[in-house]
Amino acid sequence: MLHIIEAKILNGQRLTREDALFLTGCNDLLFLGRLAREVKRRKTGSFVYFNVNRHLNLTNICVSNCRFCAFGRDRDKNGAYVMSVEEALRTARTAVPEGITELHIVSALHPDLPFEYYCEVIARLHAAYPEVHLQAFTAVEIDYFAKISGKSIRDVLNILIKAGLGSLPGGGAEIFSSRVRKETCPNKASGERWLEVMQTAHELGLKTNATMLYGHLETWEERIDHLLRLRELQDRTGGFQSFIPLPFHPENTALSHLKRTTAAEDLKVLTIARLLLDNFDHVKAFWIMLGLPLAQLTLEFGADDLDGTVVEEKITHAAGAKTSEGITKDELLSLIREMGCIPVERDTLYNVLKVYEEGNKHEA
Amino acid sequence: MPRLTKDHALELLCSEDIYSLAQQACKGRDKLHPGNHITFVIDRNINYTNVCQVQCKFCAFYRDENNSDAYVLSVEEILSKVEEAVEMGATQVMLQGGLHPKLGLDYYTAVFQAIKQYYPVVIHSLSPPEIKHIAAQENISIKETVMELKKAGLDSLPGGGAEVLVDRVRQLISPQKISSQEWLDIMETAHNMGLKSTATMMIGSQETLLERLEHLEKIRALQDRTGGFRAFIPWTFQPHNTVLGGKKASSASYLRFLAVSRLFLDNFRTVQGSWVTQGPGMGQISIYFGADDLGSLMLEENVVKAAGVSYNMARDKMIRIIKETGKIPALRDTSYNILKVYR
Ligand code: SF4
Ligand code: SF4
Repeated sequence: MLHIIEAKILNGQRLTREDALFLTGCNDLLFLGRLAREVKRRKTGSFVYFNVNRHLNLTNICVSNCRFCAFGRDRDKNGAYVMSVEEALRTARTAVPEGITELHIVSALHPDLPFEYYCEVIARLHAAYPEVHLQAFTAVEIDYFAKISGKSIRDVLNILIKAGLGSLPGGGAEIFSSRVRKETCPNKASGERWLEVMQTAHELGLKTNATMLYGHLETWEERIDHLLRLRELQDRTGGFQSFIPLPFHPENTALSHLKRTTAAEDLKVLTIARLLLDNFDHVKAFWIMLGLPLAQLTLEFGADDLDGTVVEEKITHAAGAKTSEGITKDELLSLIREMGCIPVERDTLYNVLKVYEEGNKHEA
Repeated sequence: MPRLTKDHALELLCSEDIYSLAQQACKGRDKLHPGNHITFVIDRNINYTNVCQVQCKFCAFYRDENNSDAYVLSVEEILSKVEEAVEMGATQVMLQGGLHPKLGLDYYTAVFQAIKQYYPVVIHSLSPPEIKHIAAQENISIKETVMELKKAGLDSLPGGGAEVLVDRVRQLISPQKISSQEWLDIMETAHNMGLKSTATMMIGSQETLLERLEHLEKIRALQDRTGGFRAFIPWTFQPHNTVLGGKKASSASYLRFLAVSRLFLDNFRTVQGSWVTQGPGMGQISIYFGADDLGSLMLEENVVKAAGVSYNMARDKMIRIIKETGKIPALRDTSYNILKVYR
């Protein structure tokens, strides 16, 4: 069976659900990794992308109480905060001179901030920094905006686009399985709804990302089905730019009794996703969640994008991720070059801003 | 397979595809370890003093004798640490410390004799710089020193203090420490007197790739003569809080080097991927790059203090990360005998 799958990959044929399920039982990480790297090379050659952005989390007060979340909390809990529009602008002001091309804005589902607040944040940021791309609001937030404003998804998106929204991040997907959602995040948008928001966004010309949060209550089968649903929507719209697998960090969540996935499992998820998602151009390693040593290795295991020089990242750090909070561009370049790859600075839409050709592959 | 030359190894290190390198290393490993086991040991590292005159530039541990957090552990303090370790299943203790200007042979023999009197543990302790220091304190030969320590209960030597066995590098990172030849000579003496040891190497400070291979060549040659090395343990320089500073070696360079070591050191049975220094993640991945042992669970001070709970977690995690690679976890002793297999 493995050599049939191998032949399929080498011939550029699509893997079936059965193929993928078979691979989940394969312990030969070197086999999986080599194949995934082959796919990566066909898609992006020896380019490895990064993007200099800054994360902005407007509020952590949330009505949803997802059990895997260490970020959202009730209003009266320690550390609860909401940024005023002015504060959001001020935070952006400190980031923009650092040469960012993107503001990445993801927040909790606040109980009573009106939809207009979010529109204003986008409009004011866009007016102040028209050259900075605003990647904002997960599909879950968009769904929530529809709920609190009484508008349709399409109207919500159109209003935000007009205000200056550039694209949607891929968060909130978690695992689509309704069984898992019922147990972990029953109060937020369903998997179907998430996909519906994304489809609408794509139809309106917005590019988006896609994620999968794994390593909590889901089975391998549910992971594979998640990936297949992404692949199916991508066939129809082509609107996904990248897929980002996210290992679950149990610390400080309601699921803190669970164990963090191991490095080998993280690489396995990544490779299988790269093999299965034949219609995704990019697979991104989020080094904040993986840690830098593992993130570097992912470049040989199918990833072609390292989430860039992040200056501030509240969501994962609340969950006890132990990586340092930011790395310099030089550090990132040398990590990438050491793997024999060429670092490419991109904007949000994968336009190439700079190819870093020079530099020497090996450390002294 | 013919023995790897330095030139060939350099090629592998620089340009070999990481997958074929990893596969070759695993093949080499599996030939030596047909049982499919990946081993680990339960031990405790006891740093009996942090006072050290040598002041290596890569070291974050040493203190001046007059420093407010300088310490020397008494025999009683050491015994109580050994007792805690033994209660948690440790089969080995590793005493290592600074080169304290006031500690002589008496201190070490008293400690070893006391441990052996009360506890059935292997004393895997003192690296060549400490042996040399004791000999100098007493003005006796290395041979005599080793003999006295062995008589007192010393069972084997950890391979510390090797860093990079190239004097150019030693001048840069630890100018006051024993030379590479002294390190090798002390190991040879110990091996000849029936004490086995391991060999370590610290990568990622000031050495070139070729100098890394020079290190491997030196220990391979000594191993040809004595057969006294049980394992090779590479680890990466941890720049935090050191005079040297700088960057950590990356995961890719560590894994590549580990794989090349496995291929180069054809007369070493064990090449260790270290979960203590590289973290559990890279420790696990090192199995795919030819490691057959993940070293110690290392009952650290704080781990021990937080009672048996964290220790059990550490053991369960060790078992889990090995199992997930498709290998069979096994507990070993200092001599690499398997004590228990976790199916
Ligand atoms: S995951 Fe999002 S929606 Fe769920 S509790 Fe956290 S912030 Fe709220
Ligand atoms: S001899 Fe050992 S303890 Fe002393 S400074 Fe060097 S590494 Fe540190």
